Amino acid sequence: MKASLWYRIVGVLALLLVALVYLLPSLTTDLPDWWKRFLPSNKIRLGLDLQGGTHLVLTVDVDKALETTLERAADELKREAQEKGLALAEVQRVDKSIRVKIESPEARSNFEAFLRDNFPNLAVADSQTSDGVALVNLRLATTEERRLREFTVEQALETIRNRIDQFGVTEPIIQRQGSQDIVVQLPGIQDPQRAKALIGKTALLEFKLLAEVPDAEAYLSGQKPLPPGLEILSGYGGERVGRRVERTKYLVESKVLLTGDAIADAQVRPGSQLEGPYVALELTPRGAKQFEEITAANVKRRLAIILDNTVYSAPVIQERIPGGRASITGDFDIKEARDLAIVLRAGALPAPVYIAEERTVGPTLGRDSIRQGFISFVVGGTLVVLFMLVYYKFAGLLADLALVLNILFLLAALSALQATLTLPGIAGIVLTLGMAVDANVLINERIREELRLGRSARAAIEAGYERALPAILDSNITTFLSGLILFQFGAGPIKGFAVTLCLGIVTSVFTAVVGTRVVYDWLLTYRRLERVSI
Amino acid sequence: MELIKPGTNFDFVANFRRALLFSWALIALGVVSLVVRGGPNYGIDFAGGTLVQVRFKQPTQIDEVRKALASLDLGEASIQDFGGNGDRGSEFLVRVPVKGEQLSDFSAQVTSALESRFGKDSWEIQRIETVGPRVGSELRWRAIFAVLAATLMMGVYIWIRFELRFGIGAAVALFHDVLITIGALSLANYEFDLTIVAALLTVVGFSVNDTVIVSDRIRENLRKNRRDPLEKIINRSINETLSRTILTTGTAVLVLLALFFLGGKVINGFAFTLLVGFLIGTYSSIFIASPIVLYLQNTAFARAR
Repeated sequence: MKASLWYRIVGVLALLLVALVYLLPSLTTDLPDWWKRFLPSNKIRLGLDLQGGTHLVLTVDVDKALETTLERAADELKREAQEKGLALAEVQRVDKSIRVKIESPEARSNFEAFLRDNFPNLAVADSQTSDGVALVNLRLATTEERRLREFTVEQALETIRNRIDQFGVTEPIIQRQGSQDIVVQLPGIQDPQRAKALIGKTALLEFKLLAEVPDAEAYLSGQKPLPPGLEILSGYGGERVGRRVERTKYLVESKVLLTGDAIADAQVRPGSQLEGPYVALELTPRGAKQFEEITAANVKRRLAIILDNTVYSAPVIQERIPGGRASITGDFDIKEARDLAIVLRAGALPAPVYIAEERTVGPTLGRDSIRQGFISFVVGGTLVVLFMLVYYKFAGLLADLALVLNILFLLAALSALQATLTLPGIAGIVLTLGMAVDANVLINERIREELRLGRSARAAIEAGYERALPAILDSNITTFLSGLILFQFGAGPIKGFAVTLCLGIVTSVFTAVVGTRVVYDWLLTYRRLERVSI
Repeated sequence: MELIKPGTNFDFVANFRRALLFSWALIALGVVSLVVRGGPNYGIDFAGGTLVQVRFKQPTQIDEVRKALASLDLGEASIQDFGGNGDRGSEFLVRVPVKGEQLSDFSAQVTSALESRFGKDSWEIQRIETVGPRVGSELRWRAIFAVLAATLMMGVYIWIRFELRFGIGAAVALFHDVLITIGALSLANYEFDLTIVAALLTVVGFSVNDTVIVSDRIRENLRKNRRDPLEKIINRSINETLSRTILTTGTAVLVLLALFFLGGKVINGFAFTLLVGFLIGTYSSIFIASPIVLYLQNTAFARAR
């Protein structure tokens, strides 16, 4: 009896020590060096709702990527068929399929073989023939489509990660969720708008020539319909008209001369007095060669540098440019130039992404939440502690002791497991204060019952603990179960609540059942306790 | 100190019918409120849309904010005074319901509109929440599923640990608690969001606590006095555990009151749900869950044997 009691006393004290060791880093900022080397130095991790920051769920538009792939496949199909002398009357992408019209039966049979040999990624969805004219619908093969969807999301994830890394956020979380969502968490970020713009940019960089046609003005104003091969794009800068900005319009040739693939590096350069900062591009060897050819062939013409269908600048080519250097100038400030360089360096998104969910909490609100949470913790805790003391006297003091120990253990566990403390998590801790006394209430009520039956102090205490235990376990297991469901169901802050709830249950059962019992046993063994103050 | 004197013997079971009437009345009240308001008042989490919370350093009138945002084509945007705490300026909630399948960047529009009217430094964004329609309906289904799953799981757990009739009694009591709490939320016009669902799940967990404690005592007393009629045993068991039930709920309510009044606006609905849910849960454990066991005994189960 005595030996087992001492084991338990030492055990509880050792746990207390461990808890304090885990807690200390969260309480003080200047830990000695030897501490950091040998002992845990992780602080309690605060959720975005407490430290401020942005939580984004981005949806990758994989359907768009599929369409682009089909569009390209349709172009290739047309070209290859022409080279092979296969007569296809029409090749056109319609929604998620390519429609091919074939006007002679022999071409039809050749087409199947042609398709098998050259386009294994396409499959015939359906076909119908009337009067010898066949209409064949092609779509992406199932495995190909699945692979493409997977690849698109993975690629988008990688690009977003690159961009955020260069943006310079500490401890961002970027991970996949479900089939086409990406979760991005940016703690402590000051400018969520800028981050969102940066993440969402597709960064499709294209070089196209400005069109040289006589009726440019008429096309731009919409008086004349656009001839094929030309398109109208709006510019980046523009004139401010009241609150709106009137964008400059450009008439460009649709043909793409060079794309972002050709870029090796992009850097911001400060501008001169007259001009703002610009982005210097360094091209890959192949890109450099192409660029040299393009500039040589189009001296005195204007070359439009287009990012995501917006013309950033359209300088006049003065001469042939060798060496693979180009620059994007435009009417932007240093921050915008830096972001432009980031997206160019980090590469293009394979498909557009949309914001499906955003939760941003400013730093002041987070601080307020912590303060208010702490106040309610102190007030609620004090009320419970006083109440237990008045109601159960010495036994109440023991329950209070268990309560304090419980909170220490709970916080230490949060720190040790590096679980995230959120605002609902603080509420969970406050709630634990109220519910943790339950086990001691159950025990104390039982002890009172036994004492009423005239049992001795020792017998009453033993019977009290023993009888209350099944009820304590059952009631806590059910709450624990609801906590687990909560953890499974919830995202972010809710998960934080579930974690504190579940941890709180484990620590409270331990402190209430084991912790208080140790004191009673010590009193019974060494102090010859004869009356229980309860 | 003692709240409930030993040997207290309220006849809870005899009041089962009256309790049922009371419960039905509460449920009806909630349902009427839901119907009148046209369904639950879904927050951004479930309905989709954008919410922007702004704090002005100087006291600012709601009309000025309204004027600032008038230039935006925000449709059915609502602006709500979120409490100007005196010398600490004013706070407002701007809410824009979701339009169509894709989200525009409303928060950016709101920010730039405020900037052009109030300048840059006299206000700050406290919180932005945007939920797309797909995410919203997904969250809605997951919430309903989670609450149902939790309730059923509790019932099954009690069925395994005790008997089927106790499990049924507990599950019915839990549905009862959730229904009434949702009704109360609607009456008080709180918004339904994720934290409310978290609170509902906690209510389910807490409420089943009381039921377990009473069931545990019933089982114990059944073993002790095999001859006594079930009715008497249930009554005695509830009375014997009454002191504990009231104490535990009492301490939980104490801290919840602290949370409700001092925890801040963001956590307010959460604390309210727990407060109502815990009180109703305690009531149902005493007056509904255990009497149902007796009721099942007297009707279906008796005949089945």
